[in-house]
Formats: sequence, structure tokens, C-alpha cells
Amino acid sequence: MAVLILEQTLNGLQFGLMLFLMAAGLTLVFGIMDLINLAHGSLYMIGAYLVAAVVQATGSFLLAVVAAMMGTAAIGVLLEVSVLRRLYTRDHLSQVLATFALLLICNEVVRLIFGSQPVMLGMPAALAGPVQLLPGFSYPAFRLAVIGVGLAVAALLYVLVGRTRVGMWVRAGASNREMAAAMGIDVKLLFTAVFAVGAALCALAGAMLGPILAVQVGMGESILILAFVVIVIGGIGSIRGALVGALLVGMVDTVGRAFVPMLLRSFVSPAVASGVGPALASIAIYVLMAAVLFWRPQGLFPARA
Amino acid sequence: MADAVLRVEGLLKRFGGVTATDRLNMSVVPGEIQALIGPNGAGKTTLIQQLSGALRADDGKIFFDGRDITRTSLHQRVHLGMARSYQITSIFRGSTVVHNLALAVLARNGSSLRFWRPLAREQELFDTALALADQVGLAGRENVVAGALAHGEQRQLEVGLALATRARLLLLDEPMAGLGPEESQRMITLIEKLKGTITLLLVEHDMDAVFRLADRISVLDSGRIIATGAPEVIRNDTEVKRAYLGEESAAP
Amino acid sequence: MRNRMVIGTLVLLLAFPLAAKHWDQLFYVSFASRILIYAVAASSLNLILGYGGMVSFGHAAFLGIGAYTVAILMEQGVSSAWVSWPLAVGVSALFALAIGAISLRTRGVYFIMITLAFAQMVYYLLISLRAYGGEDGLNLAERSQVGFGLSLANDLTFYYAVLALGVACLYLLRRLLNARFGQVVQAIRDNETRMEAIGFPTYRYKLICFVLAGGVAGLAGALLANQSGFVSPNLLQWTQSGTLMVMVILGGVGYLYGGALGAALFLVLEEVLSAYTLHWQLGLGLVLLAIVLYAHRGVAGLFDGRAAARRGADG
Repeated sequence: MAVLILEQTLNGLQFGLMLFLMAAGLTLVFGIMDLINLAHGSLYMIGAYLVAAVVQATGSFLLAVVAAMMGTAAIGVLLEVSVLRRLYTRDHLSQVLATFALLLICNEVVRLIFGSQPVMLGMPAALAGPVQLLPGFSYPAFRLAVIGVGLAVAALLYVLVGRTRVGMWVRAGASNREMAAAMGIDVKLLFTAVFAVGAALCALAGAMLGPILAVQVGMGESILILAFVVIVIGGIGSIRGALVGALLVGMVDTVGRAFVPMLLRSFVSPAVASGVGPALASIAIYVLMAAVLFWRPQGLFPARA
Repeated sequence: MADAVLRVEGLLKRFGGVTATDRLNMSVVPGEIQALIGPNGAGKTTLIQQLSGALRADDGKIFFDGRDITRTSLHQRVHLGMARSYQITSIFRGSTVVHNLALAVLARNGSSLRFWRPLAREQELFDTALALADQVGLAGRENVVAGALAHGEQRQLEVGLALATRARLLLLDEPMAGLGPEESQRMITLIEKLKGTITLLLVEHDMDAVFRLADRISVLDSGRIIATGAPEVIRNDTEVKRAYLGEESAAP
Repeated sequence: MRNRMVIGTLVLLLAFPLAAKHWDQLFYVSFASRILIYAVAASSLNLILGYGGMVSFGHAAFLGIGAYTVAILMEQGVSSAWVSWPLAVGVSALFALAIGAISLRTRGVYFIMITLAFAQMVYYLLISLRAYGGEDGLNLAERSQVGFGLSLANDLTFYYAVLALGVACLYLLRRLLNARFGQVVQAIRDNETRMEAIGFPTYRYKLICFVLAGGVAGLAGALLANQSGFVSPNLLQWTQSGTLMVMVILGGVGYLYGGALGAALFLVLEEVLSAYTLHWQLGLGLVLLAIVLYAHRGVAGLFDGRAAARRGADG
């Protein structure tokens, strides 16, 4: 039992950190540019597909990850310059619809190139086995690596956003765009750069989660909603909020799915528990979000003034 | 002394480390035009927000006609007889002048949970709106879309919307804001005509208007009322002069 | 001019199934019924989105709830339309009341997110109902019974029933928008702060509007369940809510016939494009993107010089 709890906690941490990679880019784009971007999940999907393609071509996972991050960042910049830039001044409804259109387009283009069937993305051979963390408890090496990558990125972003001049510009932009522009910050370049970094992080998340989940068209949608829930809970524009929110959501979702049906069985019949259990677990994060919105409408760590 | 139509006791509002309203006491006598003046940053807008109900005070009480309205919602206060006009014009830009005013009349005219009969058929409503348009000097401009009005006319409509609520106390937040000399005169005349029929609390920077209109002046500085009295008394008060040092009353 | 177009369309809609029957093309009648149903659903969204200014990203939930109400009742042996259709409206309205009461306490993007969240909750709830099909959905044994010797199993009869209800809904929508309630709701969309400042309890009006829209969407759901003979949780996927929003913007946000036009355009486009290619969603995405960037007042907006939806339902 203790092993199960430990395992699920690590799974929750792993999932949460990957959600953080997605949410970090999303919250910055939203916080600084006030842009709701439904195509954010598509960048994650493109990243995963690029990793799969490059791995197939070269056999090197590491190379694939780097290539995918650069490629997705490039695609992100392309999207930003051609389409997204025109949406910054538009209302949220227009942004939702335009990025929804991009989502459809990305899905179909990927389907055209790679087909509808899921694509195999295997774990790198070096990390394919389990690692013994405690006597009697082993955990997949790859998942540990994912946690490591996630923590490293979190630390990097913390330093970048909190301690560098560029980071200060980003924070200034997130809290008050007009002021930032008035202070002489090249807003256009900043926007594009933030978007590119967000896209690269999506690709990284796609590379890490691809071997665990599946690489297929539409994989971006389910994680996109979770990412939005994360930034709403954490507070739009705040990296710290994204981290806290992501860990919260990751934990609640993973641990919920593992234990709620089990817990329910002590109260109701197994048939009902197995029916309602997963539903309750899925609903849990939405209930969490609704509760946060109700009591702290700005989120846990609002960046906006 | 006549019962105050508005009485404020110990009003307190803090934003983080800043005390915007510092245990403020104030009262407004019915039928009078009371002006609220003060240097920038004194907390005039915050006070108006709390009086109208847009902002909840941290402590203290507000009494309207003897009734404690500290916890009453914004729209409820309108029904009790208190309305506000905005410093930054807040009208319905896409609708005509008469439609703007009709909406305000509608609010105090029975329930709007009516789903069948077209509003356009309610002639009495529109007649009242037309009369209001005339009262605020917009006769002849009734069918102009509000967004197309001149700035001065928009300010007149702004006051008109507050008037339409049949309020007994009007909180006018810098009605002169952005008006040229001719438009200011029109606004002053408009407000002068209201004297006696309703009570007015007027927040203003335009000292010319203040000294022409006010029966009584309260001076706000750093969240407190530092002086209240007849215009002449205030004009000569040393504390007031000190508060305004460097803040020349720039009449346009 | 506009009235003539409306009457002309109405005549066309009345006559067309008879022509279709004559030329043995009954499929188009079924297709047209589907369009009319989505016209009602999109119009209900247009009410809160276009006229009310509330960008709800969970409207498909009410469509799904209405559909499931009819399906579940039929599973339990209740097949009279006179019972299940009003109940579909009622249950959807009730959900709209609960969801709206909480969601309308938020603004802007938070409102969008929380309506999305609630729709997801209902979606997962329905998936968990194993007794009613769970993830696979539920078949309807037959179409709802109406009595009077009429059978909705007849596609023509069903079409005319849907047409009658659709016309009634649009007519009621038009009256509502011109009446006190509709004028207040639109004014709230234009300047909510001022509406409060002149004495309107804006939350109450928005909530009632939300409930009305939810109820009408429930009716559309009931009709949809009948039309396809099948309900599934996929009806409530957030992409379905997105589709409804796409329909509204295609047709014209805040125009009386925006929802109807958009639904027709979308479904026809889908039908035509998917005949050419499996990747028709690519075409749809490009069209949608073009519309948002260059023609954001939709089709109805193209016919109208002045700004959208000012004083009410002029068309």
C-alpha cells in the first residue's frame, strides 16, 4: 500500500511537472499578450511528432528532443508573426475562434503528413529499465528522468524570470503591458521571444510524455484543457502560480484516479464505485478550479496589478 | 439642523499599505450643493466609490436618510434614491440619446422582466426620456447616437443618466472634466437649475464652478476631511491653502 | 427588403420537402431537419453570446442534457413528446441555473474557463452512467410520440414539427429582444457598470438570460436525439461547444438570424467539403480563420452596413 502511494505520488509529480511545462508558456502568453491560445496544445502535438520522426530517422532521442524544440519554436514564431500578432488587440471571443481554427488546421496537417494512426515513440534505451529507489520499490528510470527534466526547467525558469533583466521585462509585461512599452521595452520582440520559448517548452513536454501516453492527432486537446485549468488556478501571468497550480492539478488528477474508486468501495457497492469513481476523479480538478475561482477569482498568485 | 441626507462615520479603506480613506466623517445637508475638493491623490474617487457602493469599505458606516446602507449593493442604493455620474464618461455609445435616457428611466419604472411587448411602444417612458434630454440641454439631439455626440454633450448625457434615476442625492464625479469654457458654463447652468430640488455632492477640480455652485465645501486631504464650511471660509482657511500648495486650482 | 427575404425563405422551407419527396431525395429532408435543429441551438447561444455578451464555452452541455433527458426517459418507457420534450427544456434550464449562478460571478476569460469546466463535469458525469450507455452512448428505440394520428418516424412530419418549433423559437427570440428584458440585456452587454449604476441588478438579468438560453438548447437537444436516434457523451465535448460558437460567428454574432445562418452554412460546408476530402476540417479551419480575421461580423454582417445589434432584433 505504501508502495502504491509512493508510486502514485511520483506519477503525480511527474505529470504535474509536465503540465507545468505546458502551463508556463501558456500563462506568459496570456499574461503578457492577453491572448487565449487554443492552439497551444497543437504545439505540444507537433513537438511530439517531430521527436518521433527524428528518432526514427537518426535513432538518437537526445538529438530528437533538441531538434523538436528548435523546430517547434520555429513553427511557433511563424504562427505568431503571421496570425497571432493580429489577435492581440481583438476580443477574447475572436481569439478563441481564431486559435480554434488553427487547432483544426494543425490537426489536419499532421494527419495529412503522418496519418490518423498513433505513432510509436519509444523510450530511449538507456532509460528503459526500472530504478530501485527504496528496498522493495522500483520506479521507471524514464519517469525519473522526466521529473528531473521538469525540475531543471522549473529552476531555470525561476532564475531566468526572477533574476535576469529579460525576466524583469517579462514580469513587467505580465503585470502591465502598457507600462512596459512605455518603459522602452521592445514589446514586439518580447512577445515573439516569449512565444518561441513557450513553444519549445511544449515540444519538450511532448517529447517527455510521448513515450508514456501516445503520439496521435488530438493529443493536444486533453492536455490543453488541463493547462488552462492550471493557469486559472495558479493565476494568469505567474510562473510561480503555474508551478503550484500544475503540481496541484497533477497530483489531484493522478492520485484521484488511483484512489477515489478504491475509497468509494468502502461506501458503495463495487459496481457503483467502478462506474462513478473515474468520473469523480475526472471531475475533481474542475471542482478544484471552480472553488478557486469562487474564493480567489484572480487565482492563487495573480501577476496582474 | 436639518437631518443629514447622507452621513458618513469613520469610513476606512486600505489598499495594501496605503490608507485611501482614513476614518472619514462627513455629512451632506438636504437641498444643498456640497462640493468635495482636494489635491490629487486625496482619495476623492475612492470615497465616491464607497459612497455609491462600487467599493466595500473596510470599516465605518454610511447612512442615507438615517438608514444604514454600508452593506447595501450598488444597484439597491439607486432604488433608495442615490445615484452617481462618472468622471470618465460611461454611457451607451451605440444607442441614441433618448434610448440612453429611456434605459435609466426604465430602471425605476417597474420590473423589466417583460418578454413580449416591444419597449419601443412604451410612449410614457420615451416622453420622460425626452423631457430629461431637454432638462440637460440636449433638446434636438435626442436621436443622435451617443458615441457621435461632442464631448460636452456626452458629459451632459452623463449627468442626465444619473438624473433619470429620480435620485434624491446625486454624486457628481467631476462633471466638468475635459470641458471647454463654453461647455463648462452650460454644465454650471445645468447644475444650478437642480439646486433645491435635489441634493448634490459635487467632486470637482474646477474652482470657478465650485465657488459659483457650492453652498458648502468640504476639503479632502490624505483620506480625511480637513475642513468644511461656507465657500468664503474655506477660501481663506490656512490648512486648505497648505494642502493645495503647489496645486494651483487651474480653471480651464 | 429584409422581411421579404425572411418570408421567401420561409416559403422555401415549407415547400422544399414536398419537392424533395417528389424527386425521391428524402435524405435532404433529414439533413434539413438537422440544420434546423442546430439553427435553434446556435440561436440560443447567440442570445447569451451575441446579445448578452457572455462568452460561454460550455453551451453544448445543455444540448446534451436535453438529448439525454429524452433518451433516458424513453429507456424508462416514457416516449410521449408532450412529457419528455418539456422535461428536456426544464432539466436543461435547471442545470443552466446552477451553472450560471456560479459562473456569472466571474468575468472575462474566467467565465469562459468556468463554463468550459462545468461542461466537462457534465460530460464525465454522463460517461459514468453505465446504465445509460456510458461512453458508448444510448440508442433511442423510436422517435417521440406526439399522438393526433401523426408519427414523427415519418421524416416529413418530423421536419415540419422541427420547422414549426424553430420558427416559433426565432419569433419568440425576436419579441424577447425587442421587449424590456432584451433591451436591458443588450445594454448590460454594452456597459454593465453603468447599468448597475442606474439601478439594474445585472447579475439577475444575465442569469435569467443564461437559463432561457439553456432551456432552448435543451429543446434543440431533445430534437437532436430524435433526429439521430442516438445520444452519446460526445455531444458535450468541448469541441462541440466550439462548433456552436463557430456557427454563431459564421452567421453573425448579435444578428437575429446569425445562429440560423451560421448553422446552415457550417453544416452545408461540412457536407460539401467532406464529400471531397477526408481532411475537410482543414478547409473549415481556413474559412473560420479568414472570417475571424477579415469578416468578423459573419455572413449577416455582410448584409448590414451599420454596426451589429444595436437596438434589437432588426434582423
